[in-house]
Amino acid sequence: MSLIIHYLWLIPAVPLVASLAILSLANAWRRSAAALAVAGQTAALALSAVAFLPTLQTHGFRAVQNFTWFTFGDNALRLGFVLDPLAAAMLLMISLVGLCIFVFSIGYMAEDKNFVRFFAYLSFFSGAMLGVVVANSLLLLFIFWELVGLASYLLIGLWIERPSAAAAAKKAFITTRIGDMGFFVGMLWLYNRSGTLLFYDDGKGCLESAGLAMLGASATFIALLIFFGAVGKSGQFPLHVWLPDAMEGPTPVSALIHAATMVAAGVFLVARVYPLFSLGAINGVTSSLTVVVWIGVTTALMAALIAIAQADIKRILAYSTVSQLGLMMVSLGVGGMAAGIMHLLAHGFFKALLFLGSGSVIHGCHSEQDIRKMGGLRRFMPVTFVTYAIGMMALSGVPFFFSGGWTKEEILHAVGHWPPSRAPYYLMFAGVVLTAFYMTRQIIYVFFGNSRTAAKQAHESPPVMTIPLIVLALGAILLSIVLTPAWPWLHDYLTGESVHFEIGRLIQPMLFVSLALVSAGIGIAVWMYRKAGVQDGDRPADIDPLEHAQPALFRFLANKMWIDELYARTVIAFSWIAALLSDWMDRYFWDGLVRGFGAIGQVFAMFTAGVDERGINTGVDETTVGARGLGRLMSAAHSGQIQIYLGIVAIGMLALLLLYAWLA
Amino acid sequence: MTPTLQIFLIVSAALFSIGLLAALSRRHAIFILIGIELMLAAANLNFIAFWRFAPQPHQPTGVMFAIFSIAISAAEAAVGLAMVIAVYRHYHTTNVDQLNQLKG
Amino acid sequence: MSSAAFVIIAIFTLAAALAAATLRKLMHAALSFAAALVGLAAFFFLLGAEFVGLALVFIYIGAVAVLIVFTILLTRRDVGEDRGFNWAGVIIALAVFCGLTWSILATQSISIVAPHIRALTVKRIGEALMTGYVWPLQCVGVLLTAALIGALILVMEEKR
Repeated sequence: MSLIIHYLWLIPAVPLVASLAILSLANAWRRSAAALAVAGQTAALALSAVAFLPTLQTHGFRAVQNFTWFTFGDNALRLGFVLDPLAAAMLLMISLVGLCIFVFSIGYMAEDKNFVRFFAYLSFFSGAMLGVVVANSLLLLFIFWELVGLASYLLIGLWIERPSAAAAAKKAFITTRIGDMGFFVGMLWLYNRSGTLLFYDDGKGCLESAGLAMLGASATFIALLIFFGAVGKSGQFPLHVWLPDAMEGPTPVSALIHAATMVAAGVFLVARVYPLFSLGAINGVTSSLTVVVWIGVTTALMAALIAIAQADIKRILAYSTVSQLGLMMVSLGVGGMAAGIMHLLAHGFFKALLFLGSGSVIHGCHSEQDIRKMGGLRRFMPVTFVTYAIGMMALSGVPFFFSGGWTKEEILHAVGHWPPSRAPYYLMFAGVVLTAFYMTRQIIYVFFGNSRTAAKQAHESPPVMTIPLIVLALGAILLSIVLTPAWPWLHDYLTGESVHFEIGRLIQPMLFVSLALVSAGIGIAVWMYRKAGVQDGDRPADIDPLEHAQPALFRFLANKMWIDELYARTVIAFSWIAALLSDWMDRYFWDGLVRGFGAIGQVFAMFTAGVDERGINTGVDETTVGARGLGRLMSAAHSGQIQIYLGIVAIGMLALLLLYAWLA
Repeated sequence: MTPTLQIFLIVSAALFSIGLLAALSRRHAIFILIGIELMLAAANLNFIAFWRFAPQPHQPTGVMFAIFSIAISAAEAAVGLAMVIAVYRHYHTTNVDQLNQLKG
Repeated sequence: MSSAAFVIIAIFTLAAALAAATLRKLMHAALSFAAALVGLAAFFFLLGAEFVGLALVFIYIGAVAVLIVFTILLTRRDVGEDRGFNWAGVIIALAVFCGLTWSILATQSISIVAPHIRALTVKRIGEALMTGYVWPLQCVGVLLTAALIGALILVMEEKR
C-alpha cells in the first residue's frame, strides 16, 4: 500500500486553501495572487505526479482510504478517497492543463480589475474538480460536484456588471441544478438500497459485488438518475443549453470549464459509477447504457450541426465541446469505457489549447470574437496559428500524429461492435465529418485570407500566453505515443491489463476509414470556403457560402435549432402559465372566497360594533386610564440612579431569603 | 474553642453588608466600585471557608473558584475604573446622582 | 486554627472595611480598602489557602488598590471628598446583614470544625489548573486580554 493514499486529500486541499488565501488579499496585490494560484496548482501537479507513480507499478492498482465523517444513531456516514488509474490519469490531466490555463490567465487577465478575485475562483474551481476525481464516496463526490457548480457560477459571472454574464451564470447554475436533482435522488435511492455511498470498501462498497447485489432491478433507475446529473454537468442534450452561454466568462474560464474541469466531471462520473450502469449486462448491453448511447449520439450530432453555422469563435468551440462530450458518452455507453476516458484526457489537452488559442486571438484582436471580422491572422500571430492548427487537427481527428485521431478511432471501433444497432456507428461517421468541417471553416475564417476589420491591428500575444499554448500543443501531439493501437499503453493502463508492443496493429481498416472521413470534412470545407477568406479589405464576410446555398437550414442551425426558444415556449412558458393561473386563482377564486367570508364577518362586525360602542368601550377606556397611571408609577422606578436599582436588588434578595425561611 | 464554619460565614456576611452599604449610600462612583469589590471579597471568603470545612478538602475546587473569581474581579475593576475615567471626561463629574441619562 | 488569631483578624478586617465604606476622604477610603484586603488575605492564610491569600495581596493590593488611587488622582478636580450619604442604603445593608446572619445561625448543619487536611501546595494547584481547569484558565486569559484592551479603548482620548 502506497503512502500517498494517506495524503491524497492534499491534492484538492492545496488549491482550495490557496483560493482562500487569495480571497483574503487586497485587490492591488496582483502578483501575490497569481503567484499563490500558480504555486497551489504546481503543488497539486507535483502531488498528482507522486500519486501517479504507484498506479504504474501494479496493474489494476486501487488504494482507498475511508474515514467516518459523523455518526447518527447506529449509522456512520463514511467518506473516503480513492486512487486508481482512472483517478490518477484524471488528476494528472486536470492539474497539468489547469496549470497551463493559470499561467495563460496571467497574461490574458493582466488588464482586468477583477484579477485577484479571478485567481481565487480559478484555484477554487481546480481544487473542487480535483476533489471530484479523488472522492471514494458518492456523497463526497456530490459535495465537490456542487462546489464545481458554484465555482463555474462565480467564474461565468465574473464580469457581473454585464447583464448577459449574470444571466449566463444563472442559466449555467440552474440548468446544472436540474441535473443535480436527478443525481441527488439517485444518490438517496442508492443509499436506501445498499446502505453505503462508498464506492470501494473492502468488498462492501456500492460498486463492489456485495453492494451491487443488493440493488437488483433498481440499479437501472439509480444509474439513469445519476446519469441525469452527468447530463446537466457535461452539457448533454437536453440540458446542453447552458454550455454555449457560459462563453460569457473570460476565455481561460471557458478553457477550464470545457477542457479540464466542469464538463469532464459528468463523463468522469459515469465512468466512476460504471459498475452501476453495466450491472446485469447481457452482451455488454443494459437499458441504462442504451439511454446513454442515444443521448450521446443525439448530442454529438446536434451540437456538431449547430457549430457549423456559428460566427462567434468561442461558440463554435463550445458546440464542439458539447459534440465531443456526446461522443465520449456514446463510447461509455457502448462499453468502451477506456476509449471514452482516453478521449476525455486527450480532449482536455487539445480543447484547452483551442480555447487558449482563441483567447490569444481575441486578445490580439482587441476583444473581437466574430470570426467574420478576422482573417489573415497567421501572418500576425504565427505561434498562435501553429498551435491552433495543431489543436484543430487533433480535434478533427487527423490520424497518426494527433492524439484526437487515435482516440476517435478507438471510439469508432468500440461503437462499431455495439450489438443492438449499427445506427450510432454511421451517425458517428457523420459527426467526425462535421467536426472536421466546422473546424476547417473556423480556421479559414480566422487565419487565412485577407485581414478584415478586427484583424488590422492584431498582434502576437506575450510569452506568458504563448508558452502555455506550446506546452499544450506538445501535450496534444505527444499523448498520441501512448494511444496508438501498436502500443496501447493508456488503454491497458486504464483497464488494468499488461501492455505489449505489436507493430502490426498500427495499421487497421479503421485508420483508413477515419482518414477518409476527416479528409472529406476538411476537403468539403476548403472547397466551400475557398472564397470566404479572400474578400475585400474592410468588408466583413457577411454572407456565409452555406447560407447562400441553404438559407433556411443555415438560419435553423445559426439559431441553435431554436432549442432555447423551444424551452422558452414550453418549459418556461409552462411555468409562466402556471404562475398566471395561480395568480388568477388567487385573485378571483380564493379572493372571492375570502371576500365572502369577509362579508359574513362584516355583518357580524356591525352587530358587535353596537355592543362595543355601548357596553365594552367604556370599560376599555377606564382600563386604559388605569394602565397609563400604572405605567407612570412604574416609570418612576426607572430613575436612572444605579444605586436605587442596586438597593432594589438587595431588597429582592432579602425577600427571597424570607420566602425561603417561610417555606422551610 | 476553634472557629466554626458559622463564624466565618457571619464574618463574610458582615463584609458583604459593609460592601453593600458602600455601594448603596455613597455618591462617588469609586466608592461604588470599592463596595462591589468588598462584596466580591466576601464571596471569596465564603468559597475558601466552604472548601476548608468541606468533608473532602483535598479537592481544590473552592480554591480554584476563588482564584478565578479574583482574576475576573481584577478585570472588572480595570474596566470599571476605566469607565469612571471615561464618564468623568464626558460629564465632568463622578457623582452618580447626576448620572441619570437612563431615567425612564 | 486558633480563635485568638481569628478574633484579631476579624476585628481588623471588618473595621478596615467599615472605614473604607464610610470615610469621607476618598484617598483614606482607598487605603482602608487595601487594609481590609490585607485582613482578608490573613483569613485565607488562616484557612490554609496560602496561594489564594498571596494572589489576593498581589492582585488586589498590588494592582486594584493602586488602580483606584490612580483613578482618584486622575479625577481629583471633581471631588477630594464625598459628602453625600444615603441613609436608606444603611438600612437596607443592615437588613441584609440581619437576614444573612439569621439564616446562617438557623442552619445547624454548618456548625462544624475544620477537618485536618494535607497542605494545599502550589504544585497541586498548578497541576489542577493545567489539567481539569485548563479551559476556564484559557477563558480567563482571553477575558483579561479583552478587559485590558477594553479599558484602554475606554480611556483613550477621543479623536477631535
